[in-house]
Amino acid sequence: MTALTDDTLTVTPRAMRDEMILFVVMALLLASVPFTGVYPFFVMQALCFALLACAFNLLIGYGGLLSFGHAMFMGTAGYCSAHALKVWALPPELGVLVGVAAAFGLSLITGYISIRRQGIYFSMITLALSQLLYFIYLQAPFTHGEDGIQGIPQGHMFGIFDLSKPTVLYYVVLVGFLAGFLLIYRIINSPFGEVLKSIRENEPRAISLGYRTDQYKFLAFVLSGTLAGFAGALKVFVAQNASLTDVHWSMSGEVVLMTLVGGLGTIFGPVVGAFVIIAMQQYLAGFGQWVTVIQGSIFVICVLTFRRGIIGEIAHYFRRSL
Amino acid sequence: MQALYAQLLVGLINGSFYALLSLGLAVIFGMLNIINFAHGALYMMGAFVAYFLLNLGGINYWWALLLAPIIVGIFGMLLERTMLKFLTGLDHLYGLLLTFGIALIVQGVFQNYFGSSGLPYSIPDQLKGGLNLGFMFLPIYRAWVVVFSLFVCIATWFLIEKTRLGAYLRAATENPTLVRAFGINVPRMITLTYGLGVGLAALAGVLSAPINQVRPLMGADLIIVVFAVVVIGGMGSIMGSIITGFALGVIEGLTKYFYPEASNTVVFVLMVLVLLVKPTGLTGRAA
Repeated sequence: MTALTDDTLTVTPRAMRDEMILFVVMALLLASVPFTGVYPFFVMQALCFALLACAFNLLIGYGGLLSFGHAMFMGTAGYCSAHALKVWALPPELGVLVGVAAAFGLSLITGYISIRRQGIYFSMITLALSQLLYFIYLQAPFTHGEDGIQGIPQGHMFGIFDLSKPTVLYYVVLVGFLAGFLLIYRIINSPFGEVLKSIRENEPRAISLGYRTDQYKFLAFVLSGTLAGFAGALKVFVAQNASLTDVHWSMSGEVVLMTLVGGLGTIFGPVVGAFVIIAMQQYLAGFGQWVTVIQGSIFVICVLTFRRGIIGEIAHYFRRSL
Repeated sequence: MQALYAQLLVGLINGSFYALLSLGLAVIFGMLNIINFAHGALYMMGAFVAYFLLNLGGINYWWALLLAPIIVGIFGMLLERTMLKFLTGLDHLYGLLLTFGIALIVQGVFQNYFGSSGLPYSIPDQLKGGLNLGFMFLPIYRAWVVVFSLFVCIATWFLIEKTRLGAYLRAATENPTLVRAFGINVPRMITLTYGLGVGLAALAGVLSAPINQVRPLMGADLIIVVFAVVVIGGMGSIMGSIITGFALGVIEGLTKYFYPEASNTVVFVLMVLVLLVKPTGLTGRAA
């Protein structure tokens, strides 16, 4: 069986340097957005999804685990943050913390259940668990069912930054995204990340080397779920609502699509993929349901001809790891 | 008590659909090693083909019961020949992603032309009406669905476990190279198996058309419940998926009677409980 990702290149100082240069370029480009004519809310939304896709990629790209229910972490964190901000009237920073804590708790439980099966069973279990949560949120009183939680106050982050100003909000979201991205980068390049990759490549061998692979996979799941929750908590400030669409399994499918388009197991792939898919939804909105057909076609084309994704193909062409 | 029996019947009918769908998934998984995410979309296609046959061709339910699985099965075989074939040797996850993409395309196309609302499909004349059993009123069509799908499930089980063709199939699942060395055309068998599994899904679609309305998204949420059924059953054996399918339908029906709030979630909750006690599922082999 061929490996899920193209990871024949070893991590060298040159590769690290390439990645750092690209990171600085990405950060500068994103930081300059408010000075260009680009609609900031589009970029903010894309950043939230990019962080979600990066968190998802930590699990599949480096652990080989395809979670088909990652929207549940984003949705749960969104609902909990929204509830904390609106009903408990907590300040923004604590609201984010509540959401992230909820996603952490949820990933502990779902990870414990789902990590017991591998491969496609793991995917089906995560999918079923997210559908279970969808029905719970549909019926629970605090989520207001179909209406969702609306009109969430944005407030002042740390009492200083006024989040109702688009530019301030943009930089807060950007800093959140970059922090999450760097954390994921650090995890991937740590000894823990190396063990994770070895599990992805050959789990029986990793076990025979004495690693308790289930513990590593569980930890990766919890980290990934918590970071996905962080993305969901940030998204509350951008969208100013929390609704059922964020928990529905079609959202989990979109996250998979973003990562696949950008490149599974590449560092920058999920970011590029998220921007491509969000832009597509933005500009093709007039086509109605044809957007679903286009997304499905992209899935099919990617899997059949383009498995490395955009960044993966570029990296392969230049023989670098990106 | 009337309501209890009615819910039990609804449970048995849903169980028939779970059994037919998870049976098809198990057959496909056995040969192709692919979890067919497009299964719900193909189930929906079965119902739509029956609808077209009746309204465009004037072809009645009984012919639809035969023709729809064949038409959708041929469509499935085309999918296998043109796309799924190229995934052999790749990680299982690519099969899941590819069939997910196919499901999105099929559902999207149908949604464009038919919106999200349902189209009616009437019960055939011969199966209209009901029987008064004394303790409950039994609509004949519903009884027919349960009996007929049970018959199809057992016929499929017989085909795979007791016939020579089934023996080839099982052998090819274990060791395709060896079976090919005996002069059996394994790729053709894989195509036919996919067609068979897809045909079972389409058959379930035809059966459900007169009960549930014909809608583009009728398979989308159902397939996730079927995945949970598959996780609970374990897909280790054909009989296992049949029994688990029916049993879970009945449990769901009972929940709807005793505690309706949990009826949407009971299958998923059961999945969690089963996984905690027996991670491989009830009839499953270790993955």
